[in-house]
Amino acid sequence: MVLLISALNFGLVFAILAIGVYISFRIFHFPDITADGSFALGAAVTTTLLVQGCNPTLATLGGFASGMLAGTTTGVLHTKFKINGLLSGILVMTALYSVNLHVLGRSNVSLSEPQTLPKSWTQMLGTLLGDSPRHDLFGWTVGTQDIAVLLFMLCLVIAIGFGLFVFLQTNLGTAMRAAGDNPQMIRALSASDERLLIFGLALANGLIALSGSLLAQYQEFADVQMGIGMVVWGLASVIIGESLVGSGSPKFGVLIAGTIIGSILFRMMIAIALRCGLNPNDLKLITAFFVFIALTAPKWLQATSTSKLASATDEKK
Amino acid sequence: MLIATDVRKTFFAGTPNEVRSLRGVTLAIEPSSFVNIIGTNGSGKSTLLNAIAGVFLVDQGKIELGGVDITHQSEHQRAQRIGRVFQNPFSGTAPTMSVAENIAVASRRGKSRGLGWSLNRSLRTEIAERLSSLKMGLEDRLDSPIGNLSGGQRQAITLLMATWNKPDLLLLDEHTAALDPRSADQVIRVTDEIIAKDKLTALMVTHSMQQAVNLGDRIVMMHQGNIVSDLQGAEKARAKPDDLLSRFDAIRRREQLTPAVAELLKRSYI
Repeated sequence: MVLLISALNFGLVFAILAIGVYISFRIFHFPDITADGSFALGAAVTTTLLVQGCNPTLATLGGFASGMLAGTTTGVLHTKFKINGLLSGILVMTALYSVNLHVLGRSNVSLSEPQTLPKSWTQMLGTLLGDSPRHDLFGWTVGTQDIAVLLFMLCLVIAIGFGLFVFLQTNLGTAMRAAGDNPQMIRALSASDERLLIFGLALANGLIALSGSLLAQYQEFADVQMGIGMVVWGLASVIIGESLVGSGSPKFGVLIAGTIIGSILFRMMIAIALRCGLNPNDLKLITAFFVFIALTAPKWLQATSTSKLASATDEKK
Repeated sequence: MLIATDVRKTFFAGTPNEVRSLRGVTLAIEPSSFVNIIGTNGSGKSTLLNAIAGVFLVDQGKIELGGVDITHQSEHQRAQRIGRVFQNPFSGTAPTMSVAENIAVASRRGKSRGLGWSLNRSLRTEIAERLSSLKMGLEDRLDSPIGNLSGGQRQAITLLMATWNKPDLLLLDEHTAALDPRSADQVIRVTDEIIAKDKLTALMVTHSMQQAVNLGDRIVMMHQGNIVSDLQGAEKARAKPDDLLSRFDAIRRREQLTPAVAELLKRSYI
């Protein structure tokens, strides 16, 4: 049960990353590699602020803001300097590695001492449930911290998902979706597709950095390497989400919900695989392979089914 | 009122592929006038439309709309006062969004886009009403993704979107060329109705001499980046497709003649 709850918690933390990746990859069709850098940036900024005694909420918001800045940089490189989208992301990601080292001061910093969001949530829940550090939940013994993080993360992720759902139906949000769908059309309707893309990337990377910031606080350390492979991780969640909510063209609200559930499921699968003896070093390889399968399998299946169909009709003749 | 003065544009300047698309086009269009532009392939008619829309900045010349110099404005800035329909039915709409959402985006053309709800009930009612005025049965498909609609239906909706907020200028770039004849007729009917009802100033590029003759109050003929003929008033009213074709033939003959004549002169004088 502890394994399950901790996988659930990690899944919820990464769900925010997945929502960010959903914005850049699915709404804007922009292959934004900045994520690897901005994830660690959010963690680094929050950690440094916390170590210096900053209020945890403010430190987390600081992480979010730093991610928005990173996304804006990628957007400006792509739109104003006309650099290829993939390359502008790579440039910012590479630059951020040095920035993150400067922000953290060294390659990893512990957060076991300073006050963090999960710790304050645990204290809040502790005063409600009594002082005992363990509780009985449907017959399982679980720690106060695990329940507290689960409850607050669930609320936070639902709030972010619902907030995005509402935002995408405002005038600005609808224009953003249109800009991702057809930039020529939105220009002809008097909105700057470039500004909308910059704003979208800022929002996406803000969320990705927020995810990194929360992960650092939850696992109580930040590492400059912690962003590696995050784009693929987020993409895996988005793809699982899409396969869950079905083919066709489901509404974006359903897709956002699917992305969140996809992130949790993916983390659970990884947790189970690790439990069954998977070497943690192979994790990124397996993640990449999984995304490869998820991207290509539908086409293979379609190809084989149509060729079967074709041969079947041939036989009839 | 649109005034283009001595507009010039050369693509790939200084390379073997250099194309002098616009060679000093000067054109003034009165308010509420509906102008057809015809011309051969590569004559610069679509380029002229794109120059006015701001798809690229011109090399030389000045473009004014309603007394404001828009020569250096970006495409989306100009779009605040210019409505556009493209040749490709896929260009004017966002395919994964619904019909109503597309129109809701268009309803903010020239206005700010904030955090207000984009598709409220009163806008939905208005969309259904204005769609039903097209008489194409589109009012029943408000929530279909626009990508599921046919080319003709999409062009009619794009036209409605471009004119939802009355534009100072409507640019139509061969917007029926990619449609089957029946859909093309339908879109042309809708075009004519909307322009007449709102008394719009419109500039339509067309391939079809028949369209040019039937619609609008002026025909501008372009050839090799220049305006070669401008039919207005009674002259336009009298024009027939054959007259237009014979004008084009005359231009072509003149061109073919020139090198031959040069050769003749060379032989007799040198």
